[in-house]
Amino acid sequence: MTTQTTTPESPSTPNPGTPEGLVPIPPAIGRALATGGGALTIVSAFLAWTWTSAFPGDLTVYGYPGGLQVLVLIGGVLTTLFGLASYGVKGLGWLVPAGATSALRLAALGTFATAWYTILAITFQLGGIVNLEPGGYIVAIATLGALLGALALPFERPEPDTADPEDTPRERLVLDARNNIAVIKAAFASGTPTPARKLPAYAEILIIVAVLGLALTVFTYGIGTEYDELFLGFLLTTGFGFAAVAKAGLVSRISAITAKHRNVTLLGAFLAAAAFPFTQSDDQYATIGVYILIFATVALGLNIVVGLAGLLDLGYVAFLGVGAYTAAMVSGSPSSPFDIHLPFWLSALLGAAVAMIFGVLIGAPTLRLRGDYLAIVTLGFGEIFRIGVLNMDGTSGPDITNGSNGISSIPNLNILGFDFGQAHSFGGFTIARFANYFLLMLLITLIVVIVFRRSSDSRIGRAWIAIREDETAALAMGINGFRVKLIAFALGAALAGLAGTVQAHVTYTVTPEQYQFAHVVPPNSAFLLAAVVLGGMGTISGPLVGAALLYLIPAKLQFLGDYQLLAFGLTLVLLMRFRPEGLIPNRRRQLEFHEDAEAPTVLSKTGV
Amino acid sequence: MTTETTAPNTAATGQAVLDARGVTMRFGGLTAVRNVDLTVNSGEIVGLIGPNGAGKTTFFNCLTGLYIPTEGEVRYKGTVLPPKSFKVTAAGVARTFQNIRLFANMTVLENVLVGRHTRTKEGLWSALLRGPGFKKAEKASEERAMELLEFIGLAHKRDHLARNLPYGEQRKLEIARALASEPGLLLLDEPTAGMNPQETRATEELVFAIRDQGIAVLVIEHDMRFIFNLCDRVAVLVQGEKLVEGDSATVQGDERVVAAYLGEPFEGAPGTDEITEVSAAETHADTTKDAAPGKETDR
Ligand SMILES: Nc1ncnc2c1ncn2[C@@H]1O[C@H](COP(=O)(O)OP(=O)(O)OP(=O)(O)O)[C@@H](O)[C@H]1O
Ligand SMILES: [Mg+2]
Repeated sequence: MTTQTTTPESPSTPNPGTPEGLVPIPPAIGRALATGGGALTIVSAFLAWTWTSAFPGDLTVYGYPGGLQVLVLIGGVLTTLFGLASYGVKGLGWLVPAGATSALRLAALGTFATAWYTILAITFQLGGIVNLEPGGYIVAIATLGALLGALALPFERPEPDTADPEDTPRERLVLDARNNIAVIKAAFASGTPTPARKLPAYAEILIIVAVLGLALTVFTYGIGTEYDELFLGFLLTTGFGFAAVAKAGLVSRISAITAKHRNVTLLGAFLAAAAFPFTQSDDQYATIGVYILIFATVALGLNIVVGLAGLLDLGYVAFLGVGAYTAAMVSGSPSSPFDIHLPFWLSALLGAAVAMIFGVLIGAPTLRLRGDYLAIVTLGFGEIFRIGVLNMDGTSGPDITNGSNGISSIPNLNILGFDFGQAHSFGGFTIARFANYFLLMLLITLIVVIVFRRSSDSRIGRAWIAIREDETAALAMGINGFRVKLIAFALGAALAGLAGTVQAHVTYTVTPEQYQFAHVVPPNSAFLLAAVVLGGMGTISGPLVGAALLYLIPAKLQFLGDYQLLAFGLTLVLLMRFRPEGLIPNRRRQLEFHEDAEAPTVLSKTGV
Repeated sequence: MTTETTAPNTAATGQAVLDARGVTMRFGGLTAVRNVDLTVNSGEIVGLIGPNGAGKTTFFNCLTGLYIPTEGEVRYKGTVLPPKSFKVTAAGVARTFQNIRLFANMTVLENVLVGRHTRTKEGLWSALLRGPGFKKAEKASEERAMELLEFIGLAHKRDHLARNLPYGEQRKLEIARALASEPGLLLLDEPTAGMNPQETRATEELVFAIRDQGIAVLVIEHDMRFIFNLCDRVAVLVQGEKLVEGDSATVQGDERVVAAYLGEPFEGAPGTDEITEVSAAETHADTTKDAAPGKETDR
């Protein structure tokens, strides 16, 4: 980070005075090449790329982009837009408050990656380059040209660290590598954002609506991707697209707008999410949706404990289990030891309450520990829960939980005569079982979001953050650290328990195996924590996005198979190296990790 | 008893706010504070000086419940202080830290609001339900916090992160945060460390203004001009023991104080056994002392 200075060229660099690009092409030509390449990419998406429909997505049709072509088309549009914006075309300035060049480079890179991935996939799967139609060649050349052009655009090179003459060759190699990394970093650095022109409130709300609509579309598209190639292409395009939009300064501009209209955003997001099952024609993707929601809700609850209060809890999934088991036992399931069938609202409250009691029981002895010790002890308690439940089967212990068979045949919910197991139709839309549960779960998510938002912006929330920042100082300010931490722990537990009560009904069966520390299927403690860290600690949208990604990636990329956990670990390491504050950073965290760059000195109230 | 207490200057004093008796703090074999008595009366500014490693910060920590003194007791307005730092603050003793301990990633305003913690009651339920009582309390807290920020002159930086403030302002903010708990006694640990002369002058005014609000002040400082301008009474701590106590003139004129700072033997020096013990302690403490003035190990 120290090497990333933005001072002008030093005389020691090859071309003193004039900043230059990564590729030796004159900037004017580069800009034209990038923009033109983007435009040609758009055109080529309408051509046929291959002659046979053996490759999934049917890329053989002229005039109608299919599958991966759509993604490349979107990349091409982004590239062209940013290219035109870098020419200073009127009206596009609003899109690029922090400068268009870095965004252009990323958009071109993303388009190039998606297009070439497609071309290579066609070549390898169908056995040879002969399977490409002219459209395939055109898109390959267009995206390559756009990328080279974008890379030729000038940028401020950082001053390289000079070598010490006494350095060993090894040290010199390291230094060179460090300088090169600094140059590449600078190539993708964004400028200082220009302040936004003041928009009328209705325009800002329209922007929020548009963004939420876009988010719903992207999410729905991602869930609906039918084959591995398309999902990979989707990840490439959205990943680079998001990075480009972020580099353009648009993300922070929009998050400022959403922070200004927090209630509108919350309501809009809720409505957009509620619209999701109506966009689906069968229940298959609603299933994924409801599992993502459960995962995301629990991750958000964990974010109170980890993100706000700073308590590293590695056994959090146990509270989900407590809630699920509680609800299962009072659901009237034949394998439950209790022959009672409570209405859902009561079992939901009961599940949350029992989980909270467990939270207090586990928290009371452990919360006096700090840092790593707490993590280890909670990890232990999480496993104790699972093993305890596994053994309460009547042979090793009392007959309560049915051991490894779990509690099965949990009946569907029936609230006020609305049977969640049946498909219902509303004005032409059919809402089947999982969609029903999706909507119910969404309500729970909304509750958790509101609890998170309200508690974090209050006396108790400030006390949590103070404890996280400096426990000794917080105590000296009169905060009863133990009490406040216990409240966070118990609240987090109760929210997870609440989510568990719905989960029990969604999955029909609860077994101890669902509540492990690490497992290939989320939610489990490791993935929950990863969702929080990956998404962004202390934010609301962070864990939701993190959970969606962490659920979709293993579910969609079946070819990863046994390497899922390895890939998961690798991704986490890379992310922590390059974006430690998470995908959707809390402003505070961003300041913490990137002191020198792009950090506002003033923290306005944000709820994002 | 080697200490000799000169009669306190009773110009502006009322009854005792702080009354520490026989406070002793041992860390294993090291006695950092030995049998110190100190009283602070209402309306007083009392200074605590002494060479590096004398045990001043340790004494503060004993007063504020961060350490539980090995021996002795501390009374605040007649009642013994509980040995938990958050209870001490609730009772009415607030402090600042020698090495600034702000909540770095919270805003200036939020820092002061955290200081209001003991004087507000709203729990989790009220935060979740957001009744009218909650809004009123939040508003009142914010108003009080803004008053304090105006008092120390940081109102215009309310939304800045504490970490982005310059050093002098961070020290001031720490004082405001401590004042937010509405203390009857304020303990300041080296409030002007790292400040330039103008800032030090301003801090002097600030301390006087705090005193004028009826808050007694006990202040540790190495800047002698600051101390002698400010304090009604000064106590000198040397190697954990209180050497002298009296008004500025008495302390300044005392040759033992000069000797203690310059490291010369003085009349009424501790006995030989005590000297060996203390020098053992000093070697033990050297690591901390070398790090002065940014002592990381201090609380
Ligand atoms: N937690 C601790 N454990 C062991 N020794 C300690 C501890 N805290 C302080 N000490 C020792 O107690 C002695 C007094 O330290 P203290 O920090 O109170 O000095 P001080 O008077 O505040 O010095 P300064 O003017 O440098 O701040 C030192 O020798 C120090 O090393
Ligand atoms: Mg000290």
